[in-house]
Amino acid sequence: MSGQFIAFFVLALLTIGGAVFMISFHRVVHMVVALAFTFLSIAGLYILLEAEFVAMTQILVYSGAISVLMLFGIMLTRHDASEVQEKKSPVKWLIRIGVSVFFIIVFLGIQSVQWSDKPADFTAKDNVKEIGVQMFTNYVIPFEMVSVLLLVALVGAIILAKKEAEEE
Amino acid sequence: MSVPINSYLLVALILFCIGLYGALTKRNAVVVLLSIELMLNAVNLNLVAFAKYGLFPHISGQIFSLFTITVAAAEAAVGLAILISLYRNRNTVQVDEMDLMKR
Repeated sequence: MSGQFIAFFVLALLTIGGAVFMISFHRVVHMVVALAFTFLSIAGLYILLEAEFVAMTQILVYSGAISVLMLFGIMLTRHDASEVQEKKSPVKWLIRIGVSVFFIIVFLGIQSVQWSDKPADFTAKDNVKEIGVQMFTNYVIPFEMVSVLLLVALVGAIILAKKEAEEE
Repeated sequence: MSVPINSYLLVALILFCIGLYGALTKRNAVVVLLSIELMLNAVNLNLVAFAKYGLFPHISGQIFSLFTITVAAAEAAVGLAILISLYRNRNTVQVDEMDLMKR
């Protein structure tokens, strides 16, 4: 039982636990806090997978930006919002069965594949430098497209949220 | 001896199923957006795991996940903007009350 296994089990438990709490909490604000724990634990899993830069991006973007953005969304709409407990509907059971079948099929698929037993070793090189070199040689066109996408999303979000305020 | 890739894929699969269930059953639109983020996170975890343990391990898996994170952030921003605009017009955040196109 190496330290890597222990770290993996703790982080996986925190990840799944946060997600389960997200589903089972009733108040929406509590759900966001539970999901922030999940995002942080996923960053820990990235560090276990030797992807330090992705882990830092995960903490900055998800735990920082998206959690706060969702909290803003809740506070700007209905800050006392909570999931009302509706009656047992047949549609809900149908969704449960569908998700379970999906889980079983993908689980059997994962188990039946023979994965390679030689993992890549990213510790030899500087992770950030490797990503930077790849990003500006092989992936420079997607990189520029993503910058355009972010600009469009920024302008679009401002226009969508602002237009109604002018009419009041 | 390192953690096998199956464990990472299993964690990602559980996350994806929880996100799918939440996106399909929850009524609050903010929670639906959060569930979609959870599903995107599960995919990111798969990509990073494949970058290290896949059949052809390469760093491009990490770069793909960086792009996914960017697109997810843009999606969350636009989704919340639509949500706030809808709340101003209809005064609701419940998904099943957003039925303008059904009438």
